[in-house]
Amino acid sequence: MKDKVRKWLYGDWDVLENITDTVEEHDAPREVIKEDRHRVDREIEEKPVTKAIERAEEKGFRFLYGFTAVVSCMALIGLLLYIVANLPLYGQENIRADEVIRRYIESGLKETGALNIVAGMILDYRAFDTLGESHVLFTALICAAVLLRIDGKNMRPDYEDYYTISRDRYFDIGEDSVLHRAGGFLLPCILVFGIYVLLNGQLSPGGGFSGGAVLGAGLILFSAAFGFQTADRFFTQKLLNRITFAALTFYSFAKGYVFFTGANGIDSHIPKGTWGAILSGGLILPLDIAVGMVVACTMFGFYSLFRRGNIGGR
Amino acid sequence: MELTVLFRGILLLLLVVCAICVNLSGSLLRAVIIFMSYSMIMCILWILMESPDLAITEAAVGAGISGILFLVTLKKVREENDRDER
Amino acid sequence: MLSTLLNNSEEAVAIILFGIGFTMLLFHRNLIRKLIGMNIMDTGTFLFLASMGYITGRKAPIVTNGVMELDAYINPVPAGLVLTGIVVSVSVTAVMLALTVRLYKRYHTLNLDEIYKLSKHQMEDR
Repeated sequence: MKDKVRKWLYGDWDVLENITDTVEEHDAPREVIKEDRHRVDREIEEKPVTKAIERAEEKGFRFLYGFTAVVSCMALIGLLLYIVANLPLYGQENIRADEVIRRYIESGLKETGALNIVAGMILDYRAFDTLGESHVLFTALICAAVLLRIDGKNMRPDYEDYYTISRDRYFDIGEDSVLHRAGGFLLPCILVFGIYVLLNGQLSPGGGFSGGAVLGAGLILFSAAFGFQTADRFFTQKLLNRITFAALTFYSFAKGYVFFTGANGIDSHIPKGTWGAILSGGLILPLDIAVGMVVACTMFGFYSLFRRGNIGGR
Repeated sequence: MELTVLFRGILLLLLVVCAICVNLSGSLLRAVIIFMSYSMIMCILWILMESPDLAITEAAVGAGISGILFLVTLKKVREENDRDER
Repeated sequence: MLSTLLNNSEEAVAIILFGIGFTMLLFHRNLIRKLIGMNIMDTGTFLFLASMGYITGRKAPIVTNGVMELDAYINPVPAGLVLTGIVVSVSVTAVMLALTVRLYKRYHTLNLDEIYKLSKHQMEDR
């Protein structure tokens, strides 16, 4: 029993282990697919009746499709422009939406402790949206991994494009001097800037998403300029798993606690600090770091999956 | 006319021109590069609308990461010129 | 009416961008161009949404010098919504590009008509 739990926890459990009646479908090699395509074209050409019908069908369908598409696009744009002409003027104050904005701006600093009202809003008043959005990022990474992952099972020699996959996978730019020098000069600046934007989310423009995106871009530059072997030394798959898992769990539990105490009217005992200092804003700084980590790992994970089929080195 | 209004008008016009050029461009590589420049113009517009958070995020994500993903996909697909595959 | 359109130029341009993205989605047959069109639609929507929050003469919503009046800052709510939207847009683009790569590996073409034709004939063969 403990063995089963451990296998499930570390991902060694094969779901299809005892199911033997499914047929494994692989993509055919490239020559077979091209041959297939030529055969289909030849078949259509050899039967004149089929060819005439198909051609007429295609032409009729294409004309109808083009006509309907143009008409619907014009109708859509025209209707929306008419609505824009009836909107209130640009740059005017919206008097009807006053209550919520009044609450956010006038009691924002007192209740959240953050000088940046937008950051305080998305991580304190509307933290549930940010939680859902972090999970969306994580789910997208998992979807991309399911689609693009290359591991031991896919790399058989009779699988389609074995040689192009292995060539593509390990194709590094190598000793490109431009990237080396530019990377060596720019990388410390980018990484430090990313950490600065991340940590100063509640005091100045920035926050979790911006800082995480800059950090992710910096990691992509690192693995593109210096090769994947160098990046594999410290950025393994286990590290990415653990960082994302820890960040999302911490966010869920911390915000769950705050929701619970807030809904029942109990004081949540989280210190707000003095505004203007870095360690202020209650839970905003740790949540910023969590969201930033998830975003950075996801961006780097996407790039790594597209280039070579697995997220970190093994 | 005020200078700000003129500046904003020019930027909006450039935005539309970039979008139309993406539509009509020949090869896919060119389309992706024009798309990245479109994203940078959008970033400047966010600053003019007094939202600096959006500007940093759009600069890093739109021009940086989304563009790079498109280029990496093009490399995997290896068909950059689609003149005969419109 | 025309003067309102000219004054609301940001929203009008956002609608035009949405329309251009939509036409790219419908008219081109290459899968990657469709994806670029979808991205343009996304950014047009964000421009429209965030231009609803701008009020002339006021500053960005960062408290400076202890000023906490309502009429010193712009509306912060649309900025928060668009921030989430931008990141979700890049996630959706990444998943769609992964799907495109898999489709290419299966059919060796990026043209949607050809994919449809090939898959129809493959289904008939089975």
